[in-house]
Amino acid sequence: MSAIRVLVGTRKGAFVLTADGQRRDWSVAGPHFAGWEVYHLKGSPAEPDRIYASQSGGWFGQVIQRSNDGGLTWEQPGSAPAARDASPDAAAGAPMPGGESNRFLYDTSEETGRPLTTHQWYDGTQHPWEFARVWHLEPSLTDPGVVYAGVEDAALFRSNDGGESWHELAGLRGHDTGAEWVPGAGGMCLHTILLDPGDPERMFVAISAAGSFRTDDGGRTWTTINRGLHSGFLPDPTAEIGHCVHRLALHPSNPDRLFMQKHWDVMRSDDAGANWYEVSGDLPSDFGFPIHVHAHEPETVYVVPIKSDSEHYPPEGKLRVYRSRTGGNEWEALTEGLPQKDCYVNVLRDAMAVDSLDPCGVYFGTTGGQVYVSPDGGDHWTAIVRDLPSVLSVEVQTLP
Amino acid sequence: MIRVALPYHLQTLAGIRSEVTLTVAGPVTRDSVLDALEARYPVLRGTIRDHATRRRRPMVRFFACKEDLTHEPPDAPLPDAVASGAEPLLIVGAIAGG
Repeated sequence: MSAIRVLVGTRKGAFVLTADGQRRDWSVAGPHFAGWEVYHLKGSPAEPDRIYASQSGGWFGQVIQRSNDGGLTWEQPGSAPAARDASPDAAAGAPMPGGESNRFLYDTSEETGRPLTTHQWYDGTQHPWEFARVWHLEPSLTDPGVVYAGVEDAALFRSNDGGESWHELAGLRGHDTGAEWVPGAGGMCLHTILLDPGDPERMFVAISAAGSFRTDDGGRTWTTINRGLHSGFLPDPTAEIGHCVHRLALHPSNPDRLFMQKHWDVMRSDDAGANWYEVSGDLPSDFGFPIHVHAHEPETVYVVPIKSDSEHYPPEGKLRVYRSRTGGNEWEALTEGLPQKDCYVNVLRDAMAVDSLDPCGVYFGTTGGQVYVSPDGGDHWTAIVRDLPSVLSVEVQTLP
Repeated sequence: MIRVALPYHLQTLAGIRSEVTLTVAGPVTRDSVLDALEARYPVLRGTIRDHATRRRRPMVRFFACKEDLTHEPPDAPLPDAVASGAEPLLIVGAIAGG
């Protein structure tokens, strides 16, 4: 029987939730990295027991963690396991390898990109590019040693050695518009990385608040893909950059069709981002953070409407997932099992995922610490856990 | 031997539960002690000093002998009591919150 592993990143550590394919009885393991912010964890599609995690905090910065046993034990890639640090060699002062796995240095060389050292700050002046944290980790679809990291200040890094070392794909920041990117309220973060399953050279990224970008050459050069977006907070609402894209999603069977939850507006592209059109339709609010596609129905999309950019909670205090079976425009509220009064949590951009069982399971976590599952595509929901720290991210692995 | 006391989260990261003792070649300064600490525990690289700038992370402080040494030059000699091992160098996560 299949099994499900849900990887939950929270403000105070990571949790691993497991169940069999019935998705009724759950075990909760954690917190891992207790007391640290875990913005994201994700398993390698090529080797599911390999999981990467981003551990960070305001005091001590960024740490990358890796598990090779499905989240039971963790190590900092390339560093000696913690237990060995107490060995006689260590006591004698013998240096140990490692320490590079949390080293994210921006590439300012002339050879690989451009010596881009500043971007626009809130007050319009230029500000140095400063690494803060890894928001999102995206393992390769085929190689368990390759993983991408989306970071704040916005940049894309790649590791070819399982997270032991990182190098920037500097062509993204070197895009002609790089110096004009500005941070949103949450910082200037690269939060979304989508890999095209049909074309290893193509990927999509999204940056708040710069917009969406696509590469067709493995990350060397990038194209803005924001045509059709309209952002009322910009002096030119249809500008090439400056849009606060919250999340992108695609279905593996049709990677040219993209869905976007923007700061406001739910958008769709049928040409790999070259053009976008709005599909908010009859949603009660088209503000929100996550967006996801059903595992088996490429036209079935999920969002969680939030009241507004000023009030980050569900409209009317009712926590509702909305599902469109038509690729947008026509939406239905999914409420069975979700609180329908006095609910004022938020669901963040990386906090929704689906499994690949049939029927498809849908999962999301809230800033109130609940993680919900629907084992039937959204028709019925139950809480796996109710009292975790504020949830930052949810990923799901479907295991044989 | 130089004694260094780490905050809880860095102890956990390094897999230790007590003070660290280090041998430092040459002058005992904050940077030389941190160099030795990071050589022993590479996972601590970047957690006390920024990887790129090598400067102290903003919310990390250094105390010893009941003094706040945070704003002393990183290459200034540490107190004799730290150099002799009589007193530890305390690496502290700054208090935050309300």
